[in-house]
Amino acid sequence: MVNDPYLFGQIAAANALSDVYAMGGQPLLAMNIVCFPDCLPIAILGEILRGGADKVAEAGCIIAGGHSVRDDEPKYGLAVAGLVPPGRIISNATARPGDKMVLTKPLGTGIINTAIKADLLSTHAFERAVQCMSALNKKASAAMQHYEASACTDITGFGLLGHAAEIAEASQVSLEICFSAIPLLPEVLEMARMGLIPAGAYNNKEHLGDKVTFDNSLRLEEQMILYDPQTSGGLLIVIAEANADRLVVNLREQGVPSAVIGRVLPNQQELIQVIK
Amino acid sequence: MSYKLVDCRGLACPHPVINTKKALEEAGVDTITVIVDNDVARQNVTLFAQNAGHHVNEEQKDGFYHLTITRNDTSPVARTSACTAEFSAATGTPAGGSVYFITSNELGQGSPDLGEVLIKSLFTTLTAMADPPVALLFLNTGVYLTCEGSPVQEQLEKLHAAGTTVLTCGTCLEYYHLKDKLLLGNISNMLEINNWLSGQYKVITIA
Repeated sequence: MVNDPYLFGQIAAANALSDVYAMGGQPLLAMNIVCFPDCLPIAILGEILRGGADKVAEAGCIIAGGHSVRDDEPKYGLAVAGLVPPGRIISNATARPGDKMVLTKPLGTGIINTAIKADLLSTHAFERAVQCMSALNKKASAAMQHYEASACTDITGFGLLGHAAEIAEASQVSLEICFSAIPLLPEVLEMARMGLIPAGAYNNKEHLGDKVTFDNSLRLEEQMILYDPQTSGGLLIVIAEANADRLVVNLREQGVPSAVIGRVLPNQQELIQVIK
Repeated sequence: MSYKLVDCRGLACPHPVINTKKALEEAGVDTITVIVDNDVARQNVTLFAQNAGHHVNEEQKDGFYHLTITRNDTSPVARTSACTAEFSAATGTPAGGSVYFITSNELGQGSPDLGEVLIKSLFTTLTAMADPPVALLFLNTGVYLTCEGSPVQEQLEKLHAAGTTVLTCGTCLEYYHLKDKLLLGNISNMLEINNWLSGQYKVITIA
């Protein structure tokens, strides 16, 4: 996705740390897992690991070693362990009807990645996407704990709808998501209109099938954005209505581009309804 | 009139879309058949072509998808060549019609109130012209004119109904949080807008 190894390392680490943040935890220890080919300069590996180490340090976490494997393509990830008091774990199974949903990063990294391959993305849009992907979900996690979120998950490969469906199924509720309220990365809508949609988005759509219904006025490319697999996406925070706006104001003041994107309904026939 | 076959079998996303786009950009091509071997490519190529205003016909043959795309006459390149032919025959000079590139919701620098009065006046004048503009391209604060609350909604609707292409910059709609407020026309991108600007039309910039 990115050619800069230092950035690649940062994004991979932000992605790996995200699970701990989604549960309301503090990352404690991280182990590097690296695949690297013989044919590339070893300095590139150094830059990848430096990017990862800087993000891990930003999270207040420690790299406690790792594992490297010789492979055809560079790959980098981390196994992260965190701490959370048992009574304070934020689960994805505890959303309550009446709660609101808050998303803490704009959507569209899969489409952006496809547009980069097609060489159609502006520098501005690329930079904004990289900035979002490399940002930790640390502030979002701290704020949701402060405002007593009822449930949370992080948005990654299954897209907004896939991860929202996990919350809905685990909590035995239905969700209503408002398309126009969802923050999107710059140029995502244009690129989706041009058919630059990754295969993963179509897989996610097929997997969810008729669990999701859309308002008739939403165009196919708009629907596909909600299935777009995300790299290092934001948190999807479920929170009491009374605290939702406070959480969003607090996050925006800290520079986290979040928004209320929907609400939790009692269990209905449709798992998720997307309105305009 | 010319036809082209674009074989995208074995290609993964986004290459089928890129190859389709390139084929349609070739001068004189008005029908292409794109062959793809997977459903993702079928959907993405169809999405691309339909959103560019072209007609798509789908057939399944021997386990592959054959997408026949017929260029719509209102898309910039085809229309340019049609106009060129017409005008060369009549007057010997290339192209005809004007494209208005509107980058502000006020006309001129100075009092915003006056700027709005002038932009209304411009649009009223455009509706009264014998040959309405071929296209109106809205960028930056110009996008306020194609969205709810527009002071020129009535005039724009007339122009649109008379066949003027109305394109609004998608990035700008996102920036000003107007993406669900668009009244008419299509959302566009810099690539398409640039095709209009660099085509054979007379471009008039309103800033």
